[in-house]
Amino acid sequence: MNGAHDLGGMHGFGPVEIECDEPVFHHEWERRAFAITLAAGFLGKWNIDQGRFAREQMPPAEYLATTYYEHWLFGLQKLLNDLQMVGHAELAARMKDPASPAAPVTGFRALAARDVETALRRSRTSKADEDVAPRYKVGDRVLTRNLHPLGHTRLPRYARGKRGVVSLDHGVWVFPDTAGNGLGRNPQHCYAVRFEAHELWGGSATGRDAVFVDLWDDHLEPA
Amino acid sequence: MSHDHEHGHHHHHDDDDVQEHRDHGAPLTEVELRVRALESLLVDKSLVDPAALDRLIDTYETKVGPRNGAKIVARAWIDPAFRRRLLEDGTAAVAEHGFVGRQSEKLVVVENTPSVHNMVVCTLCSCYPWAVLGLPPVWYKSAPYRSRAVIDPRGVLGELGVSLPPDTEVRVWDSTAEIRYLVLPERPAGTDRMSEEELAALVSRDAMIGVARVQPPAGAAR
Repeated sequence: MNGAHDLGGMHGFGPVEIECDEPVFHHEWERRAFAITLAAGFLGKWNIDQGRFAREQMPPAEYLATTYYEHWLFGLQKLLNDLQMVGHAELAARMKDPASPAAPVTGFRALAARDVETALRRSRTSKADEDVAPRYKVGDRVLTRNLHPLGHTRLPRYARGKRGVVSLDHGVWVFPDTAGNGLGRNPQHCYAVRFEAHELWGGSATGRDAVFVDLWDDHLEPA
Repeated sequence: MSHDHEHGHHHHHDDDDVQEHRDHGAPLTEVELRVRALESLLVDKSLVDPAALDRLIDTYETKVGPRNGAKIVARAWIDPAFRRRLLEDGTAAVAEHGFVGRQSEKLVVVENTPSVHNMVVCTLCSCYPWAVLGLPPVWYKSAPYRSRAVIDPRGVLGELGVSLPPDTEVRVWDSTAEIRYLVLPERPAGTDRMSEEELAALVSRDAMIGVARVQPPAGAAR
């Protein structure tokens, strides 16, 4: 979707400001939002691409006015509500009254503390084992599709309809543009595609600079 | 009742504003209330285990961080065979050090040289190589960096104190898949006699994202 998350190439956000000696978390609620998001993800009810798509659906004005962990929180609430695990009304009631009832759910197995280390080490969300032939090889010239889907895509707006060269073949991966929309894994090759800066941004871009974008077979056409 | 356990077993002291709310009895902010309510519901429904939450936080707050990546960089600087393996198959070379896991399913290491400068961004969200760098800093997740890194990398680098000659090629890696990128920065001059540990201490997080150079130690012979 052409959402506010797709920021590459936008103007007007100001300078990049690096905080000295930045803590990992700035607030206690960020620690908790981080942890409940990861732990709930290990329930296995959504994939990483659906997780990203849920955050992207935050209304654009709100997305730009909020912080990273607020995006995470929005996505988590949306997934939990959509999957009837924690309803929006149930959450609103609990915010007003800490003793409000929790509707029971069944069939879930929570990540146990003793399994955290193993779960993190073995976490493998997207690499596919299927033997799928690549449609392109390193050095091939490609043209990206000019797609504007309402659903999830990992082809950023700034790289649509652009000419590039396949630079690395990363092997076979789950395709987020289907997996993120609940349409299946659709495993296929993913490549680092090199785009010259002047192809993306026009004549004023510096001659030798380039942007590499990881894209899948279904994003590409021969050029 | 589980909803008030966030007062329990945490003893972090960088949380001044939250702490102030507590100390002065000020009401929680909307987002604090929301997170607390959501966590308490998840716990009540047995969808999350509070002890697992604490362990997840502890992992990324105290165990996994940019010191992991710095060890990799220092080893690559002193061990040419490791450097070759690292550039050929970053995932396997980094796994030799035990750094594997979430948000690092495949790691590609890109090397900065006098003629090529690499920097890493995720314009669509904030993908970042957690296993070697920990969780991303706020600036990496911010709209200014995500918007500008691809269209104006030299402008961003210049503001951050990295000025590049015009004939250096800038390569920006937009992490749109599950492949994660780590920059192998240039080893600074005057470090020939330093040990692997001393070298690792010089390597900053920002140098491994590609928005800083590794600074030589103070007083190093140039």
